[in-house]
Amino acid sequence: MKKLSSLVMAAAALAFAAGTASAEMKKVRIGTEGAYPPFNSIDPDGKLVGFDIDIANALCAAAKFECEFVVQDWDGMIPGLIAKKYDAVVASMSITEERKQKVDFTGKYYNTPAKFVAKKGAGFDISAEGLAGKKVAVQRATIHENFLRDNFPKVELKVYATQDEANADLVAGRVDLGMADSVALLEGFLKTPEGADFEFVGPGYSEPKWHGDGAGIAIRKGEDDLREALNKAIDQIRADGTYAKINAKYFDFDVFGTPGM
Amino acid sequence: MDSAIIWRSLPQLFEGALLTVEITALSVAIGLALAVPLALMRVARNPLLRWPVYAYIFYFRGTPLLVQIFLVYYGSGQFRDALEAAGLWVFFREAYFCAVLTLTLNTAAYTAEILRGAIQAVPHGEIEAARACGMSGALLYRRIILPKAWRLALPAYGNEVVFLFQATSLVSIITLMDLTGVARVIVARSFAVYEIYIAAGLIYLAVTYGILWVFGRVEFRLSGHLRERPAADAARGPAATALPGLR
Amino acid sequence: MIDLKGYGWMLWGGVQVTILVGLSAMAMALLFGLIGAWGKLSKSRAARAAANTYTTVIRGVPELVLILLVYYGTPTLIQNAMEGLGTDVIVDINPFLAGFLTLGFIYGAFATEVFRGAFLAIPKGQIEAARACGMDRGLLLRRILLPQVWRFALPGLGNVWMVMVKATALISVIQLPELMRNADIAARAVRLPFTFFFAASLIYLGITVVSMWGQQRAEAWANRGVRRA
Repeated sequence: MKKLSSLVMAAAALAFAAGTASAEMKKVRIGTEGAYPPFNSIDPDGKLVGFDIDIANALCAAAKFECEFVVQDWDGMIPGLIAKKYDAVVASMSITEERKQKVDFTGKYYNTPAKFVAKKGAGFDISAEGLAGKKVAVQRATIHENFLRDNFPKVELKVYATQDEANADLVAGRVDLGMADSVALLEGFLKTPEGADFEFVGPGYSEPKWHGDGAGIAIRKGEDDLREALNKAIDQIRADGTYAKINAKYFDFDVFGTPGM
Repeated sequence: MDSAIIWRSLPQLFEGALLTVEITALSVAIGLALAVPLALMRVARNPLLRWPVYAYIFYFRGTPLLVQIFLVYYGSGQFRDALEAAGLWVFFREAYFCAVLTLTLNTAAYTAEILRGAIQAVPHGEIEAARACGMSGALLYRRIILPKAWRLALPAYGNEVVFLFQATSLVSIITLMDLTGVARVIVARSFAVYEIYIAAGLIYLAVTYGILWVFGRVEFRLSGHLRERPAADAARGPAATALPGLR
Repeated sequence: MIDLKGYGWMLWGGVQVTILVGLSAMAMALLFGLIGAWGKLSKSRAARAAANTYTTVIRGVPELVLILLVYYGTPTLIQNAMEGLGTDVIVDINPFLAGFLTLGFIYGAFATEVFRGAFLAIPKGQIEAARACGMDRGLLLRRILLPQVWRFALPGLGNVWMVMVKATALISVIQLPELMRNADIAARAVRLPFTFFFAASLIYLGITVVSMWGQQRAEAWANRGVRRA
């Protein structure tokens, strides 16, 4: 799962602005992928759209930041943050211990489980033994890849640069199953014409060790002001109903943190 | 620089390198087998033989390998129904097959061109002499032209094998876990960009120079008759000791 | 003909970027090539060693690995270096920059070999005559060597250009919107991969043909006034 960190970024920027005691809006650059519908994607006109984008904008407004989006491919998301290409990552990036070694995170802004998808009626036995030798499509550098490597060692993992490519090969029949965030799969694949013949199989997975505490906003280590501001902004939009509005626009259930779907 | 991660990743990197070498060897072998008849057709007098081969070589040398790989791998998906009907989908389904197919077609084109140049560079005097002895056709090719052409082509062919070896890094883009593919996955998880890519680079470097060394040895063995021999050559003058050949 | 379903403009945009990257990388390659050749032909052992290491390493590592290393690794490297020095600098390596710098650097190694051969091919008599007239190295380079090196270097450089234009397709891996990447995006949007990649390949062929023609013209210009076999 990836979480929108742009919101946190916006809040952090706001905190900094407050620190300099001037009335000007702090500029915060937000990194996002743009290839992960419905959370972040690029529409035919070239504009960034999605849940992450809306949340980011809401946080920026709440924290009084001036936000600007920067598109970055997923592989380079954290290196780009460290290289200061942007100040926060709002791209459905999950808060995990592994990532915490390189970057800091705010609190979560949503948490949805991961699930397998397969062709309707395929009848796979979803267990470490049952899936031995099967091919599973997953996006590179995601918690799903790590989760599968550690818990389903006998599957043959096929890694792709984007979730889109993984879905494409699933449709083409090159792989037997796919695994990703259940919401991303639902909205970005199952509900599309290509995904019509596919369905969720097996349970939802939400193990803190691999899936972390949910999606959060990643910021560089040590930028505590930014983190504080963003966390405050998250609380604020949760409290004043903005979050609920954005949530309702995309999903018909609460994505914030319903354990086990 | 965290060098510990390099040691930890070496086993995986070597596994990837093994796949790389495997794919390279397969493509080189089949590509070479294809290239010889292609080169012969390329210099044939009959335009019906010449033109199709020329078009094939022109296409594969004029377009990037990445496009060719995508064409075969993703493009075959567009024709999945037709392929399934012909019973071929089971092959195109596999990234490995697509990779080897593309690399083979690509190297066959380049190698055919190298061989063609070598065949055309065989000194005409030798061919005339063979003809005067009554040789023609297959015998002429087998005894005179091809052996000489091989020797002339070796340096350029060595380079081509190296290019192919390095080009296999592209198959990582179609999900194969070759050396580059393994490196990318490790980097994605550990963020040790420098350490891993440099380690992978060094492995590529080592094998590249291994390949060049092998070709060097082969060239050395095949060119004994051209090397300096002490007194006899010196008497014949400097021209006799000059090394000919395509470089 | 091939039906591009209205996405033809994407391919056109991609071609422009491809050519731009190619030309920029070629300029870099020429620069690196001249410097490398100077190094290889230099009297200084250190220069020769450096130039040799340069060509050795580049010939041994795949372009894809180098592109990934530069794009993902350089920002962090510079960042760490700068932090050590205490300054706070924002390093933005965009795909275009990473792409043409890396390609220029890689093909500079090939251009080095071409220039080295070309410099060595200039008749020694001319260099001796120039020295006899009292020309120093700078003047020698400017008046005698550089004008003539193109005559010998063009065939090899033409080759380098052809190979490099095809290598620009690799920069699609770091998301530069050049021809290959745009063809990929369009193909994915309308689910016609074969159509788009085939169209892209024909465009590359077109660039090859134009380059070949251009090379012939350039060689004719460089050889003006010289009797050829």
